[in-house]
Amino acid sequence: MTDRVGIIGIGQSNFRSRRDDASYPDLVREAVVPAMLDAKLDFDAIDAVVYSLSPDAMVGIGNAERLGVDAVGGRNKRFLRINTGGATGVSSVTAAYYHIASGVCDVVLTAGADKVGECGDSQTVLNKIWDPTYERALPLGTINMLAMSAVRYMKRYGMTEEDMAYVTVKNRRQAALNPRAHLRKVVTIDDVMDSRIISWPIKLMDCCPQSTGGAAMVLASEQFIRDNKLDAVWITGVACRAETYWMGDRMGNNPTAEHADAYALGRSFAQSYRMAGITDPANQVHVAELYAPFSNTEYHAIDAAGLVAKPGDSIKRLRDGEFELGGRVPVNPSGGTLCTNAIAVTAMARVAETALQVWGRAGTHQVDGARVGIASGNGGDHQIFGTMVIEA
Amino acid sequence: MELLGRQEVWNITYDHALGETASYFFTQIRDNGKIFGRRCAKSNKVLVPPRAFSDETLLPTTEWVEVGPGGRVEAFTFVYEQFNNLPPPPYAFGYVLLDGADTALGGYFKGVDLTNPREAAEALAIGTRVVTKFAEQRKGDVLDFWFEVA
Repeated sequence: MTDRVGIIGIGQSNFRSRRDDASYPDLVREAVVPAMLDAKLDFDAIDAVVYSLSPDAMVGIGNAERLGVDAVGGRNKRFLRINTGGATGVSSVTAAYYHIASGVCDVVLTAGADKVGECGDSQTVLNKIWDPTYERALPLGTINMLAMSAVRYMKRYGMTEEDMAYVTVKNRRQAALNPRAHLRKVVTIDDVMDSRIISWPIKLMDCCPQSTGGAAMVLASEQFIRDNKLDAVWITGVACRAETYWMGDRMGNNPTAEHADAYALGRSFAQSYRMAGITDPANQVHVAELYAPFSNTEYHAIDAAGLVAKPGDSIKRLRDGEFELGGRVPVNPSGGTLCTNAIAVTAMARVAETALQVWGRAGTHQVDGARVGIASGNGGDHQIFGTMVIEA
Repeated sequence: MELLGRQEVWNITYDHALGETASYFFTQIRDNGKIFGRRCAKSNKVLVPPRAFSDETLLPTTEWVEVGPGGRVEAFTFVYEQFNNLPPPPYAFGYVLLDGADTALGGYFKGVDLTNPREAAEALAIGTRVVTKFAEQRKGDVLDFWFEVA
């Protein structure tokens, strides 16, 4: 493949708990319009739309892509909905990428929105992602599933509750600089440690919020970008990987995908690095937006991204400030998923924020001199992963 | 301007078929208070809960194997928050590798004092030996059994 795929337009809402002034399609359009303005294109230029929408029950609208078609200008265009749970956003950008890389399309819009703040029962919805045969009767949800990952990470690598709090403190400090972030209040280690326990060892401030907002991106072929003299950053690596559904298979005797770690995320990163020609991510990557909805999961995401020499090294290195804005490789300079989680577009926001960083357009949370960035999404939950390398 | 809202409730009833493999598993729990897994002849792994095929070899499993009732803790959490449509807190649940199995089975832990989660975490530390207990009245469900420290 010689023709690269570039990102030419980005639009994101300001993410909040609720948006009583905007219906669901209004929110989608709120992201699409600035993305189209950013791309300096009108809707006639769009060859296809990839619609980013995770479980219907979160927005409370069955097949809400029906309602979203108009907001993305999808009438009489190629149109496709993507849903990989929390990874939906990066999967949508991936699908948009392949529309162009295949040579079928020159310009593709991907967009979506979520209104998690209107769903009073997000853990009820997420409990339903477990199979009705064996596990549904258990009180499973994404929080306690990842609490069990935390317990195993503690055992393997010595992570403490305080180590988890360090992630929250870092990300909240960074979110405070990002006007689009949902939780922007700076907190202390004590604030996190004193917050109420939800599912031990995860406490309230170790958790992402339930956010409302939209995101949109416009991708184009290198030929189109050159012919139209457009500004772009480039997707140089793209991959996705899945691992077993069964959480109990990620433990026990010699599991392939250890539940403490993010095995398939690591494989996905390895693939996207190979494609981008990155051989030493710890030294070649300048900024990372890694999907981590609970504080503990940022550690295994950093491990899987290869930003440390071996799994578990992320704990000390985060405490040393290596992943802060101004540090060696800032992780989640936007505040990340821990501070904003509008599930349908959360992983798209990771890609969008990384693109803005390498473009030099991240504003108040810009990483100085960032030219190579990575983004990831986790879905399914913690079963299906997508990763990207984005370069200026 | 005045912004309005509407409340909507989804209440959908499904009548799920469990299939042959899970039906055998739950029948054994209900009638005999025994837990069975399925062995993959190629990998020799015993999958619990039992599945008709192995996700690693992609071959059909070939043999029923009784596992437990003893086992060791593989993962746990203690929930202190009330979630809609989930049980009243606090409760402990997690995953146990039953003796003879290669993969872990989810269930509640009972008999653990959850007053102090850090002390409870010591009591249920990964690797702790536990035993499966069965309810006297069983209906063929994962809630028919739970785990207690041995």
